[in-house]
Amino acid sequence: MKRREFLRTSALVVAGTAVTASGLINVAGAGESTGRLSTLNPHEASTLLAMAKRIFPHRGIDDSCYLKVVEVLDANSKSDRAVAKMLTEGIVALDGSGGTKFADLKENEQIAALEAIQATPFFQKVRSTELESLYSNPGTWKAFGYQGPAYASGGYIHRGFNDLNWLPDPPEWASPKPA
Amino acid sequence: MGRHALNDDSVAVVIGSGAGGGTLANQLCQKGFKVVLLEAGKQQSPATFRNEEWWAFNQLAWLDKRTTSGTWQIAKDFPNLPTWICKTVGGTTVHWAGASLRIQEHEFTAKTHYSNIAGANLLDWPLTLAELEPYYAKAEFMMGVTRTNDIPGLPGNNNFKVMYNGATRIGYKTVNTGRMAINSQPRDGRSACWQLGFCFQGCKSGAKWSTLYTEIPKAEATGRLDLRPESMALQIQHNRTGKVIGVLYADKDGQHQVQKARIVCVAGNSIETPRLLLNSASSTFPHGLANSSGQVGKNYMRHTTGSVFGIFKEPVHMYRGTVMAGIIGDEAAPNLKRGFAGGFEFETISLGLPFTAAFLKPGAWGREYTDLLEQYPKMAGMWIVGEDMPQQTNAVTLHPTEKDAFGLPIPNVHYDDHANDVAMRNYAYERGAAIYDAVGAVKTIQTPPYPSTHNLGTCRQSEKSADGVCNKWGQTHDIKNLFISDGSQFTTSAAENPTLTIVSLAIRQADYIADQSTRKNL
Repeated sequence: MKRREFLRTSALVVAGTAVTASGLINVAGAGESTGRLSTLNPHEASTLLAMAKRIFPHRGIDDSCYLKVVEVLDANSKSDRAVAKMLTEGIVALDGSGGTKFADLKENEQIAALEAIQATPFFQKVRSTELESLYSNPGTWKAFGYQGPAYASGGYIHRGFNDLNWLPDPPEWASPKPA
Repeated sequence: MGRHALNDDSVAVVIGSGAGGGTLANQLCQKGFKVVLLEAGKQQSPATFRNEEWWAFNQLAWLDKRTTSGTWQIAKDFPNLPTWICKTVGGTTVHWAGASLRIQEHEFTAKTHYSNIAGANLLDWPLTLAELEPYYAKAEFMMGVTRTNDIPGLPGNNNFKVMYNGATRIGYKTVNTGRMAINSQPRDGRSACWQLGFCFQGCKSGAKWSTLYTEIPKAEATGRLDLRPESMALQIQHNRTGKVIGVLYADKDGQHQVQKARIVCVAGNSIETPRLLLNSASSTFPHGLANSSGQVGKNYMRHTTGSVFGIFKEPVHMYRGTVMAGIIGDEAAPNLKRGFAGGFEFETISLGLPFTAAFLKPGAWGREYTDLLEQYPKMAGMWIVGEDMPQQTNAVTLHPTEKDAFGLPIPNVHYDDHANDVAMRNYAYERGAAIYDAVGAVKTIQTPPYPSTHNLGTCRQSEKSADGVCNKWGQTHDIKNLFISDGSQFTTSAAENPTLTIVSLAIRQADYIADQSTRKNL
């Protein structure tokens, strides 16, 4: 039940992003979201997703990269009860009593809400998890034009390590030609 | 238990297998010594390295908890990670970028040369450049340093092209791809550099020198090395006469073992080396081993560092190829007109996207930051590495309450920036930005120091026993058969990346140990 609800939530979010930013690079890779959750409930998942998209907002990154962050937090919650408690309580506090839930706030309101809690362990946990997951995701790499692991392709010795052509080449005494 | 018995008291025990320990172990084996090499970390190989920054960090880095204090930015940005060093066979030679520079003559006499700088606990090395030069030559040959021994320089990558053009346009003259312990052509059974990038993540081509696949296998080939990975030294033991006789360690199963020894050489990097001496306190040595001077753990240095990144209109792809692809040497010479003592180098640096996001502005988030990160392909980067001042109060101490998995106090690392360090860093930030501005930077970014990879000085060499922990051979003043064999012995930090000097000192120390052993002085 949880899983299906989350998938529905995330499918909506993905669709929404695709409408507002057409022409995004859609990539699948090792960091691709599976849509499976074990511990977080759908509201918690969609709140964390909304947080992730405000903490490191990128227009060109596929939503699956942000969903992956939520899945990592979910896995952390499963293996560490203290993390589960921190996330649950953090989300309750972020939503506040009554009024609009965090996930339904406008962008500038969400940013203000996050600025108010940025020193908390809850925020730091979400930020640091996202930092590691989002920018290690091959989907993000593609969107950024970062080529990632180089060994399997033989490094860059024949793939443009010195292909910069908008400045003159240094003289050979400073930079010998490749052997 | 391996090649040598635990109760074999004829062995030399070397603690740590990095630049100092790995080199020393091989040198001693080549001279006929039996060596037990204790390494806290696991055995890896180029085949097990991975071109992924976080993955490799978790595989290789020393992540045991440490605390920090002081005014340095590290205490704010990375309060439990003061260092970026390795816990693996080969130590931080797995992670280093390969820059191999000799310390300059005047830097060995910092106290004399810089005269009195308030708050600095300066001291001249008991060693001169002339004494170390033959060993520098041996180390350069052994490590295959480019631009020495007729080994060609490495080809510069895109990041270097930006540095070279900017630096020469503002008048710098000494700008080239540097002296690097990275093969520019096949040598010593290792390939030439593939320009992979990922020098920090363990070199998968083996082109970069690391004790992991050079000195340690050579030592093993003698039949005299007993390498014990996942073996954490806990205490150095001594007898009633005050000589060290063995090392208590936790083996890979967490079992306590005692390896007897005739000589103990400590090369655990500048946090763990003093920590081990302090944790080895006894009724005979209540303040820790080799600490009659009170200097164990003091004068911690980490180089004055920082980075400058430039964002350009056109692509750079700084991550392609060697991380330290070029060096500017002009600012390494002394020049008091700049408003500080000592000098520094600019060296290119590149980070992959994951670590750029982590380190460009630690703690930052939100649209303004991600707008910057989206310029990643158009970024060029350089690192500042300069001499920092030794201060008595910058120190590695034992934490009063927190203990590690073995029940021993964890280390606290205290560091206050000296006014000289701050003046140098600010000057270097400005000059670094000027270099990139000269080639059309749209924006330049001053990035604060990363966790320290150059950790120095916590068991320093001194002429007099009251001023430091060891003599000019790294032999402790207090205990004849106890040696300091890593960067802890640096009297001052100098401006140069320390690995070449650590290796040279280890080769020299091995000669001394052999000589003293023949004379029955140990």
